[in-house]
Amino acid sequence: MSTKESNVPKDANEHCPGPESESAGKDDACAGCPNQQICATTAKGPDPERTEVLVGIKHKILILSGKGGVGKSTFTSQFAFALSSDEDLEVGVVDVDICGPSIPKIMGCENEQIHTSGKGWTPVYIQDNLSVMSIGFMLPSNDDAVIWRGPKKNGLIKQFLKDVDWCDESRPLDFLLFDTPPGTSDEHLSIVQFLRESQITGAVLITTPQEVALQDVRKEIDFCRKAKIPILGVVENMAGFVCPNCHGESKIFYPTTGGAKSLCDELGIPLLGSIPLDPSIGKACDFGSSFVDTNPDSPATKAYQSIIKNIFSIIDPK
Amino acid sequence: MSLNEGIHSQKQHMDVGQRLRTIKHVVLILSGKGGVGKSSVTAQLALSLVQANFKVGVLDIDLCGPSIPRMLGLDGKKIHQASAGWVPVFADEEQRLACMSIGFLLPDKNSSVVWRGPKKNAMIKQFLTDVYWGELDFLLIDTPPGTSDEHLSVLEYLQEWSPDGAVLVTTPQGVSLSDVRKEYNFCMKVGLNVLGIIENMSGFQSNFVASILQECTNVFSTGGGEAMAKEFNINFLGKVPIDPSLTLFLDQAPQSGSSEKDSNNKSPDGQGSFEDMIRRYQECKLSSIFSDIIGKLTSSTSNGSV
Repeated sequence: MSTKESNVPKDANEHCPGPESESAGKDDACAGCPNQQICATTAKGPDPERTEVLVGIKHKILILSGKGGVGKSTFTSQFAFALSSDEDLEVGVVDVDICGPSIPKIMGCENEQIHTSGKGWTPVYIQDNLSVMSIGFMLPSNDDAVIWRGPKKNGLIKQFLKDVDWCDESRPLDFLLFDTPPGTSDEHLSIVQFLRESQITGAVLITTPQEVALQDVRKEIDFCRKAKIPILGVVENMAGFVCPNCHGESKIFYPTTGGAKSLCDELGIPLLGSIPLDPSIGKACDFGSSFVDTNPDSPATKAYQSIIKNIFSIIDPK
Repeated sequence: MSLNEGIHSQKQHMDVGQRLRTIKHVVLILSGKGGVGKSSVTAQLALSLVQANFKVGVLDIDLCGPSIPRMLGLDGKKIHQASAGWVPVFADEEQRLACMSIGFLLPDKNSSVVWRGPKKNAMIKQFLTDVYWGELDFLLIDTPPGTSDEHLSVLEYLQEWSPDGAVLVTTPQGVSLSDVRKEYNFCMKVGLNVLGIIENMSGFQSNFVASILQECTNVFSTGGGEAMAKEFNINFLGKVPIDPSLTLFLDQAPQSGSSEKDSNNKSPDGQGSFEDMIRRYQECKLSSIFSDIIGKLTSSTSNGSV
């Protein structure tokens, strides 16, 4: 994605202005090109007006996974809660899952509203140092479906980055976590595009142990490499199930091909840790509470803490 | 056939109505949330329908994360081009189960499909217009999570043909239910008939703990989907418990087309036939639950009989 030439599709017309260019899709040379529609509808380049705001944010971390339901939102929320327990850190969470926003429910701020001020949209503050932005706050009812195609979703994501008043000048955000929808499509491409200027710190990939999920994570790794996003590491979620009463362990999602560990070894990516399946995580999410605070003794809490420690060993939090 | 050839082979465009004329029922599998088991439910519905002597097709329109090939043991198979159109991958020699997925068009398992909406729409349209399904009793369409491009496109293209309806899949916990409510509203808005709800991962089915530990093993609790079905007055198709042996079954489905380096994924007995897969599925406890579900489903699809 670095040079202009490499972005020109193979089947493009001669004299292609490049899909990045302002005239992409509208140029004379574009007439009849199979990519014309895509180029014309794609948002172009970083936004010149407000990128400097996001530049002030120290760490921008994407939470990705190819497959749905592996625990991206759960991990994002618990990671955010854990980070914000340090009062010196300012943490923000953007939920870019436009069609299925789970962050408001999981973080216990379901019925909050977004307010507008002269500086832009004010995110919802859960704690003094933890703010959240999601389309969930803008829907008239929780049951409403957001039936949008790509370009409209991209527009909102852009607004989340551009129009949200993420930080005081005096206290810039230390962490901005992006919770993404499953897949490798519009939302993901847009974030990468919008953040090109201000640099993404890295991506955390979430998976579950079974091969069907790992298959999708391989695709996500390929995406990160194509989009030049540094991969911080892989988190294996729902690894084993410890019954809280009888302490018998059973594997619900069986690692038939060696689980995340063998995937990481194969592709040379750090494995940040494995989180066991604990029914109280699901409950904590339904009630919107911080699992790490409410269940300090659970093996899953220890797994979370060690993962965060591992992430901190890669990036410096302060 | 490779992905690029696929995208650019636009020789035999028929319209969707013409192409799907030979198919009796079209059912979409939807859910707002990811990972609730759309693909595994689709795979099990397909296997159960085949067991009940129907001819079944499975179309996987989850372009960014296709799981169907692996679950049906078809990893590594390729699509062929015939004069009548793209020939789907058949799981068995009698051609009782046909399958189409972008997974068959990808060069290798690591390659990602990084596409924006319009390109995905074009692919879905080709799946609907160019695949030569032949005579089918059921075409099951497995979708990605959400309510976006893929869903709008598939419905747009199917409009004149009018599909029988959608099966919604959910898990019992609140977060998932709230997404399914969105999906239900989506169906209402686009005028898609809802055939019923399946509550997946409802309680825990395990050989050794089930009877003693009912209470502690509700991983995602239970009953939420049923309550929601009542609230919206939708047909409740059934509760499917978590069964680790099923995950194992779908994950280890013998990959008949896989290359040698994947040979360690093969089932221990080394059998790769579809008959064997059906037989092993029959041994799973969930197969009886799914035969109930397809009973309800076949009676609620139009005309009931096939």
